[in-house]
Amino acid sequence: MSRILPYLLSGISVGGQYALISIGYTMVYGILRLINFAHGDIFTVAGLLMVYAAATMPLYISAPLVIILTIILGVLVEKVAYKPLRTAPRMSVMISAIGMSYLLQNTMWYLTGGLAKKYPTLPWISDKINVGGTTTSRVTLITPFLTVILVIFLVMLIKKTKIGMAMRAASRDFETAQLMGVKVDSVVSFTFIVGSGLAAVGSMLYFTNYATVTPVVGAMPGLKAFVAAVFGGIGSIPGAVIGGFIIGICESFIKGASWTTFSDAFTFGLLIVILGVKPTGLFGESLTEKV
Amino acid sequence: MKKNNQRQGLITAGIVIVLLAVLVLLDNAAWVPPMLLTVLRKGVIYALVAVSMNLLNGFTGLFSLGQAGFMLLGAYSYAVLTIPVENQTAIYQQFKNGGLHFSITESLTNVMGEFGTLIGVIICLIIAGAVAALFAYLIGLPVLRLKSDYLAIATLGFAEILRALVQFEKLGPVTNGSNLLYGFTSFSNFQIGTLHLGTVMPFLFSGACIWIVVLLINSTYGRAFKAIRDDEVAAEAMGINLAKHKRMSFVISSFFAGISGGLLAMYQASVQAVTFKSAMTYEILLIVVIGGIGSITGSILASFLFVGCSEWWLRFLDNTTVVSLNGKIASVIVICVAIVGVVALIFWRNRKKAFADKRNTIFLTLIVGAVLLAGQIKFAISSSLQLPLLRSGFRMVIFSIVIMIMVLFFSKGIMGDRELPDLLQKRRNAKAAKASKGGDAQ
Repeated sequence: MSRILPYLLSGISVGGQYALISIGYTMVYGILRLINFAHGDIFTVAGLLMVYAAATMPLYISAPLVIILTIILGVLVEKVAYKPLRTAPRMSVMISAIGMSYLLQNTMWYLTGGLAKKYPTLPWISDKINVGGTTTSRVTLITPFLTVILVIFLVMLIKKTKIGMAMRAASRDFETAQLMGVKVDSVVSFTFIVGSGLAAVGSMLYFTNYATVTPVVGAMPGLKAFVAAVFGGIGSIPGAVIGGFIIGICESFIKGASWTTFSDAFTFGLLIVILGVKPTGLFGESLTEKV
Repeated sequence: MKKNNQRQGLITAGIVIVLLAVLVLLDNAAWVPPMLLTVLRKGVIYALVAVSMNLLNGFTGLFSLGQAGFMLLGAYSYAVLTIPVENQTAIYQQFKNGGLHFSITESLTNVMGEFGTLIGVIICLIIAGAVAALFAYLIGLPVLRLKSDYLAIATLGFAEILRALVQFEKLGPVTNGSNLLYGFTSFSNFQIGTLHLGTVMPFLFSGACIWIVVLLINSTYGRAFKAIRDDEVAAEAMGINLAKHKRMSFVISSFFAGISGGLLAMYQASVQAVTFKSAMTYEILLIVVIGGIGSITGSILASFLFVGCSEWWLRFLDNTTVVSLNGKIASVIVICVAIVGVVALIFWRNRKKAFADKRNTIFLTLIVGAVLLAGQIKFAISSSLQLPLLRSGFRMVIFSIVIMIMVLFFSKGIMGDRELPDLLQKRRNAKAAKASKGGDAQ
């Protein structure tokens, strides 16, 4: 147990961070049928914003500010790159997403000069604590709880509120929802608000453990979070969360078994397997046009 | 009709010979800026990989993002096979007894001299392509059953797996782990006496491959690919074996991606797995999109434009200071024209909408444009030569903004799905078609 525990802890922690990112993917895909390739970069931008914000202001201002700025960025990306292509073929929108990711990465490179920026030590959550004989930072313990709380909140939002109902309608059938008077543009914007906000929270938790931010650092966690979303069944929020935790934990154990090179490979192998065996994922609704 | 074909063949041969002559001249003339050679070499290699991606994405309609992975396989296969034996101990110093202990190009050079080098390089490039094609076949078995964006993610994932595999330590004696491979036969090795052929050779290799792809696209297989792209169900109903043709397109595309990987290794004179990231695939995809999905000549043109802009013409954006007042004025004018152009483009784009719909867009555009222009004017009347905004990396920002504008406003790319010769001879072709139709009717 004492040998497994540290890997399990870090796995749950990384998994929670993947889960927070993958909610953004799964919601956007659920409504627009679009893999938002720029989501991983928005996550990185949130990390960079925190680097700059924490340098000049205290945490209780900088953290909300970063979340708000990230949300603005996410909505802006949607308005600029995806909204004009609402009626275009899916491939064009995906290319636009890739172009946006390229633009964000290059802009970050320009702003940072390509140097790795040191992530600020966030007080309290970076503190070292002792769990069952292993030392770890407090963020490791907080992440899963925070993730679960946020997800419960989000599920309530989708189940109980009007905007949540509109989101469900839009993801079921975009055009019909529009005909029924759902303002789909504001639904899509709201999706990007939630997704980007959670990505910002995820980035704070993620970078606390990783110490530095570089312009391309978000690409890989972004892709893995997408795999988590597919694994859990795309469009399903609890599915994305469970997928995120499973991938995080497996990856942590693979790293623990000194197969670090293959931790990324495992994730994509899992994607191929799940798409081959159960294309709708663990909790996905079966839609014929999906795979 | 036959006479016409013959004349076309002669014209093509003439163009090819002139092009090669010009390239030989460029290779050896002293006044040629070295940047031009860089752009030509890299551009033609990117042209090949863009064409190979276009074969898959544009002609078969399979949205695959695995190109960088196959290039990586090609580059490594080529490098591993051609590193001279005496260099192998130095290069593989991390791994005892690493390397293959033979080198195809070296052995052939020993037997047949310079001609042997050429034969060796060709053999190794074909092996590089074959390795990529073999992996593509294996990967294709599970992956090609997926559709659109799932296929994209799965191939992207496989490219990452391949990159991890190459860097795996157990394979170190062959691939040198995550370390650099270098010292193998590169383009600078091609010269006859004092005649340099470093730019001609990539053009020859790439050109031959692109020509094969063009032949393939115009064959019955090519037509089957296009049928699959346009409508899978209809294609299947017409008796086209979907699985077979998709696999074929995937394997052939990967074969040429592998060859271009080998060429890229020759161009860079070194290989390292980190360079073959998914960003590379994205760049190639953007080239294909800019050139026009489904246009071979478009992809070729766009590769040269892309490489030219990213390596050469936009370099000035990375300089922090201008040398003289003239440079300052020129830069202000260029940037102002660009700002006004983008604003005008957005206006033109929205010209048909009612004012209430476009109010927000117009105000936002005007405000951003005015702020940027004001910044430029302030810089123009100030006395400093220190350019605002410009510093290392700005080039790529402007470049990616241009690409986004292309993607959003000109989603068909430069050529759409047409080819350059078609555009040049549009009229003549229309006439010929009319004539042949009349002939058929009789």
